[in-house]
Amino acid sequence: MSIIDKTDAVLEPESVGFEGPLLDVRDLHVEFHTRDGVAKAVNGVNYSVDAGETLAVLGESGSGKSVTAQAIMGILDMPPGRIPRGEIMFRGQDMLKMSEEQRRRIRGRKIAMIFQDALSSLNPVLSVGYQLGEMYRVHEGLSKKAAKAKAIEMMDRVKIPAAAARVNDYPHQFSGGMRQRIMIAMALALEPDLIIADEPTTALDVTVQAQVMDLLAELQREYQMGLILITHDLGVVADVADKIAVMYAGRIVERAPVHELYKNPGHPYTKGLLESIPRLDQKGQELYAIKGLPPNLTRIPGGCAFNPRCPMAQDVCRTDVPPLHPMTAPDGTELVGRASACHFWKETVNG
Amino acid sequence: MGRYVVRRLLQMIPVFIGSTLLIFLMMYVLPGDPVRALMGDQAFDPAVVANIRKDLGLDLPLWQQYANYLGGLVQGDFGTEIVSQRPVADIIADAFPVTVRLTLFAFAFTVLVGVGLGIVAGLRPNTMQDRGLLALTLVLISMPSFVLGFLMQYLFAFQWQLIQPNVRDSENFGELLLPAIVLGSLSLAYVARLTRTSMAENLRADYMRTAVAKGLPKRRIVGVHLMRNSLIPVVTFLGTDIGNLMTGAIVTEGIFNVKGVGNAIFEALIRREGATVVGIASLIVLVYLATSLLVDLLYAVLDPRIRYA
Repeated sequence: MSIIDKTDAVLEPESVGFEGPLLDVRDLHVEFHTRDGVAKAVNGVNYSVDAGETLAVLGESGSGKSVTAQAIMGILDMPPGRIPRGEIMFRGQDMLKMSEEQRRRIRGRKIAMIFQDALSSLNPVLSVGYQLGEMYRVHEGLSKKAAKAKAIEMMDRVKIPAAAARVNDYPHQFSGGMRQRIMIAMALALEPDLIIADEPTTALDVTVQAQVMDLLAELQREYQMGLILITHDLGVVADVADKIAVMYAGRIVERAPVHELYKNPGHPYTKGLLESIPRLDQKGQELYAIKGLPPNLTRIPGGCAFNPRCPMAQDVCRTDVPPLHPMTAPDGTELVGRASACHFWKETVNG
Repeated sequence: MGRYVVRRLLQMIPVFIGSTLLIFLMMYVLPGDPVRALMGDQAFDPAVVANIRKDLGLDLPLWQQYANYLGGLVQGDFGTEIVSQRPVADIIADAFPVTVRLTLFAFAFTVLVGVGLGIVAGLRPNTMQDRGLLALTLVLISMPSFVLGFLMQYLFAFQWQLIQPNVRDSENFGELLLPAIVLGSLSLAYVARLTRTSMAENLRADYMRTAVAKGLPKRRIVGVHLMRNSLIPVVTFLGTDIGNLMTGAIVTEGIFNVKGVGNAIFEALIRREGATVVGIASLIVLVYLATSLLVDLLYAVLDPRIRYA
């Protein structure tokens, strides 16, 4: 039990009376040093999550959403990765300044992660019961037997049928949906304060996607956890998220409460994403697609990174990097939680 | 699992018969005649030779000779050497333990040093120590074992006088050390490279990222999650390698004058003692078959995705 005592000693003194957000990412930069130069994967990301809140991070592949999550978890490959600037405040403490051992104790116990492909993310030669039980054995010092009992209990919680009979099975003996449930069970095992789900449903077929998302949302409500949901699937987001951050080329380009974003996007990129969803009422018409490709991260375009693909681009977009403007309603009142990194956000919202 | 083992054991029978037949035929087509050799340079009566041949059954058709041999083998009779009149079983009983000792010694050396070096290099791919290992193993792989053997013998025994050049007492592990290192060096190079590559590859696997994200201590991540996966190909290689080491011992035994099967089979070949050659070679075939079965079973234990029905 000594491990738990120490963990609490590390976290509690400052976090007991702490009132701010659970997780607060401030001006985070991540770059990768490659043979072709420095790839700037994350360029000044700010976001925060409260307990019980769900933040969806949206964006194409290579927009830096997964890298941000890995930086929070502390599982970036360093080198080649580097974090030149930024703070990741967890309960008021900057995790980037912690020792490796302090961070390890937070990982899995206070902040847990669910990965995209459960088959490759689970160890193929260890039984699921062992991998689940490992959480209890390492972080809580339980015996092998007690850990297995807890593992069965957890498999029950994520609604795996006949959990006791299947605890000694191996990952390849489960279906895709069941495997992802095991990943969820592993992440939730120690009732962490924050869960980061990196495209948890992308590898699943559509009918299973909904079940897994419902399960995740239900457990999140029950445990009052913060959830960062990383996805490129706008459909998944609408049901579960409280607020959305849209990322492009390592920056947040738009931030909004979930339903307002769908109703009225404030950035041409978000607008493009929403218009590229197939809709039944537009059957027969050509589906909109954002032209061009995501930028090469070693050579991000000057000005607004989206300008080469933007239908609204003007000269100013090619020279000036737009800051993340807080958005206001046409009558001047502030729209709570909304911001857009577009020089022409007013035109976008109203146009 | 049980049925799989039985099937594999049954499959060994035709393999065993086939390989003994092949070696038997090869001995037959070799020029020379042990009975004629028995007479030496003195004048002899062809009728006497024919008589001896008849007594030994060497005048029978080939298939009958083979059938007789196999019949004896099934009853545990390996036959008798023609010149020395020693039972082949005795020769095997003398030589085999020596070679087995040497092989196991070399095997232990291969496993400990090879896997050890592989882990050191594999945990930090593309560093100095990794490159160093690749260079060292490349040298070992490209150098024939007799070159390495004579080189070591020259350096350690003649230049520095640290050891005896020949093995006089095969139960003295100090004397067997150098032959074992020479014998194991090629396998060591392969094992080290295989371990290194397998570790470096698995290090990048998704489940390793998961293990880190679970907040496991580094020792556990490497010891349980990485090693379990990385050693699967190494174990399969090591299993088949026992047979290779035994046959490789023939050359090493020659260099260091170890009185093992290599020595025995070499002498038997010179004297055209077919029964001895076939007997020893068949035993080595059996060792091969047994270790490969063992490896296949071990494979299923290590990797749960493999199941035998």
